[in-house]
Amino acid sequence: MSELVDARGLSCPQPVLDTLAKITAMGSGELDVLVDTEASKENVARAAEGKGWKVVSITDEGEEYRLKLLKE
Amino acid sequence: MLNFFASRKGIIFVGLVIGCLAALLQYLGNPGNMGICVACFERDIAGAVGLHRAGVVQYMRPEIIGFVLGALAAALFSKDFRPRSGSAPIVRFVLGVFAMIGALVFLGCPWRAILRLAGGDLNSLFGLAGLIVGIGIGTVFFRQGYNLGRSQKTYSSVGLILPLVMLGFLVLMFLYPQTADQPQSGVLFYSLKGPGAMHAPLFISLGVGLLVGVLAQRSRFCTMGAFRDLILFRQVHLLSGVVALLAAAFVVNLILGQFHMGFEGQPVAHTQGLWNFMGMVLAGLCFALAGGCPGRQLFMAGEGDGDAGVFVLGMITGAAFAHNFGLASSPKGVGPHGIAAVFIGLAVCLFIGLTMRKKAA
Repeated sequence: MSELVDARGLSCPQPVLDTLAKITAMGSGELDVLVDTEASKENVARAAEGKGWKVVSITDEGEEYRLKLLKE
Repeated sequence: MLNFFASRKGIIFVGLVIGCLAALLQYLGNPGNMGICVACFERDIAGAVGLHRAGVVQYMRPEIIGFVLGALAAALFSKDFRPRSGSAPIVRFVLGVFAMIGALVFLGCPWRAILRLAGGDLNSLFGLAGLIVGIGIGTVFFRQGYNLGRSQKTYSSVGLILPLVMLGFLVLMFLYPQTADQPQSGVLFYSLKGPGAMHAPLFISLGVGLLVGVLAQRSRFCTMGAFRDLILFRQVHLLSGVVALLAAAFVVNLILGQFHMGFEGQPVAHTQGLWNFMGMVLAGLCFALAGGCPGRQLFMAGEGDGDAGVFVLGMITGAAFAHNFGLASSPKGVGPHGIAAVFIGLAVCLFIGLTMRKKAA
């Protein structure tokens, strides 16, 4: 069961802050992050990779992007 | 999965291009160490439309128009145009007003602070230090849960308003072009002396603005974000672009004979170190709380962010206040009420930063 961060509508740097807070709290596991701008998508992916998490997929869901993050 | 310009190589490339073009714009006529300055140029636009009557800083800067329209074109082409608004717009407006006031106490935005350093103006070191301190204060607020709230998807027309305003400014410039030795052409004001009278040829300025708008929209280039990410996340991605800008402008300035190191006699600058510092503390804090440097706000406005558009309008209004109320500095030093304005601005930022906090869910 993956956890979820809903960062839609939040401006920079909030999506990254929220994602990193969740990553720190989880330690490892599966995390979905919802964002609604390309900039947030890129920033969150970069920050997650910087923390050793793998970006498994980025899905364009029309109005938003879903990033699937994983750390085993 | 990332576009090239959002990669490390991409952001460095964009920084190099902006640095080269800024130094070249100065060579082609823009004021000294002001090849590109978002704050100064928005101030000139405020003067061009008569929001202030400081005769030496009135010109409809095509670079600013190009930034927004270039970002719009890039966003439309890449399907990144996402109209959104509703994230504390009045707060963003006020932050824009005080960001401009702080920048005009220093005499430049973060881009110009870097360009001033690249031209040898050592006074800019105080401004850059102030900028970093202001952003650092902003990161403390972020760590404590500061948040302007969510924006909402909205009508395309909302996202198009600021680009249309800029298009309207461009039309005005074509309808009422500058005429020799005349301070006014139709509804537009034109400086006959001072920085406002110094400008590169219109179509070159517009072309550079469009190109920078495209590149910066794709790369998310942000000078404030560069320092914020370093402080907040220990990330150097954006900073590598800023360093590339500095290096490129420095080299081109050396080649073109535009590098003159020192404190005294620097173009459109004053030597009051404390107020160079404090002005940029205020500006940096405003940029941090609003989520982007003035250039980034223009690019976000071009990609449909109505809240960024409100920040831009706040900056233009702030420029009018700064020159109507004696807040802006000049090469002689700070304006008669500039110091008071900095303290008022910092108090307003503290109020915003301390009261707009949400605890983590």
